[in-house]
Amino acid sequence: MKERLDEQTIALRAAREFIDGAVVNLGYGMPGLCANLIPGDMTVFFQSENGMLGYGSLATDEEKDYELINASDQPVTPLPGMCFFDSAAAFDMIRGGHIDIVVLGAYQVSEKGDLANWGRPGRPATGMGGGMDLAVGAKKIIVTMLHTTKNGEPRIVRECTYPLTARRCVSLIITDLAVMEVTADGLILKEIAPGWTVAEVQELTAADIKPAADLKEIEL
Amino acid sequence: MSVTKIFSDCDEAVADIFDGATIMVGGFGSYGGLPINLIVALSGQGAKDLTIIANMAGVGYELSHRIKPEGYQDTGVLFENGQVRNFIGSMPALGGMPPTSPLERLFNEGRVEIETVPQGTLAERIRCGGGGLGGFYTPVGAGTIVEEGKETKAIDGREYILELPLTADFALIKAHKADSLGNLVYRQTARCFNPVMATAAKVTIVEVDELVPAGQFDPEVVVTPHLYVNRIVEVPR
Repeated sequence: MKERLDEQTIALRAAREFIDGAVVNLGYGMPGLCANLIPGDMTVFFQSENGMLGYGSLATDEEKDYELINASDQPVTPLPGMCFFDSAAAFDMIRGGHIDIVVLGAYQVSEKGDLANWGRPGRPATGMGGGMDLAVGAKKIIVTMLHTTKNGEPRIVRECTYPLTARRCVSLIITDLAVMEVTADGLILKEIAPGWTVAEVQELTAADIKPAADLKEIEL
Repeated sequence: MSVTKIFSDCDEAVADIFDGATIMVGGFGSYGGLPINLIVALSGQGAKDLTIIANMAGVGYELSHRIKPEGYQDTGVLFENGQVRNFIGSMPALGGMPPTSPLERLFNEGRVEIETVPQGTLAERIRCGGGGLGGFYTPVGAGTIVEEGKETKAIDGREYILELPLTADFALIKAHKADSLGNLVYRQTARCFNPVMATAAKVTIVEVDELVPAGQFDPEVVVTPHLYVNRIVEVPR
């Protein structure tokens, strides 16, 4: 078996997309790791839909305060200049286009950028939380996920079969095998995990991928 | 003023919650901003056939005991108790976790109904209910199952769906401090849904860490004005 990138490395690659001064929202699970991985000379303002802007890294056991949590229920640390607001205001920011980048997990992404990240077959009681609002409202949606399911089935597909979060919203997909851009011409393979070939990645992807002219190894 | 809003304990504050009532429960997820002591009092009081409006349905007594810091409970206890008939919220259960939520178990047994609402839409529906509006058009949920059965409208070339207001008989909320009039301030991310829900119920009951005399807050820092608050219980932490 060839080596795939681990979750920490995927999150690190996602954090490389951040821009100095950007407002960023991190979704449930793997995206939360990005809070600890901001490039050193950069300022990023993390917004959280439970009503907080400008928090720091994930808290250590000694730092934990259960009234200072991100939207994944993880205690975080305060930073100077941070502020709090209620849920309605938090979603005004999200729907109103005031969030520059959101990093979300996904079950499936389609070649057109449709996102399915909340419901699974056999689990009718699961909910979307703030995922639909984020997918509709943020300026740029980055998905971080594993390229295939535990059973090896592709998560990048022609049409999502899982319940949709929003249509045509994803612009960049970062997996344990590849970095792909969603464009009007389909999926463009921009970067590939060390040791993997385009044909091998295509084999595990249920939509056509086109290698970029400047395709390179995943850069960290 | 002869009428006081101050109640001596949570049991007294929830005593008149009736069977079939619609109740908003503040908080966000597992921690921070949940009116834990009011929830526990309601589970003891025993009102049933309730409709619960809350962001998350909670993990219940057993799992709270195992995974959370001492004393943290959530709305899950009301489902475990069989007190709930309907749930309206954004996270009945977490897909990323095994099916551990008491609500998900009841739902799978056909004993409770669920209306799943995107989180921002939930907050806005409550704000509409509290603010006397008849609803709003949102792009969130367009082209998904959330759209089913709802009026849609194209505005400037974008598709929106009509969402209707939510109100309740009671709101159980948590604030950091109240003054004796019922002005409220919150602490950090424990604010979340609490100020929104405070506006949308006939009777808003707040649990606070500290009660102070009226006049102690700088008027500039009050988040929830006192006219929204009907009952105050101090539960020192």
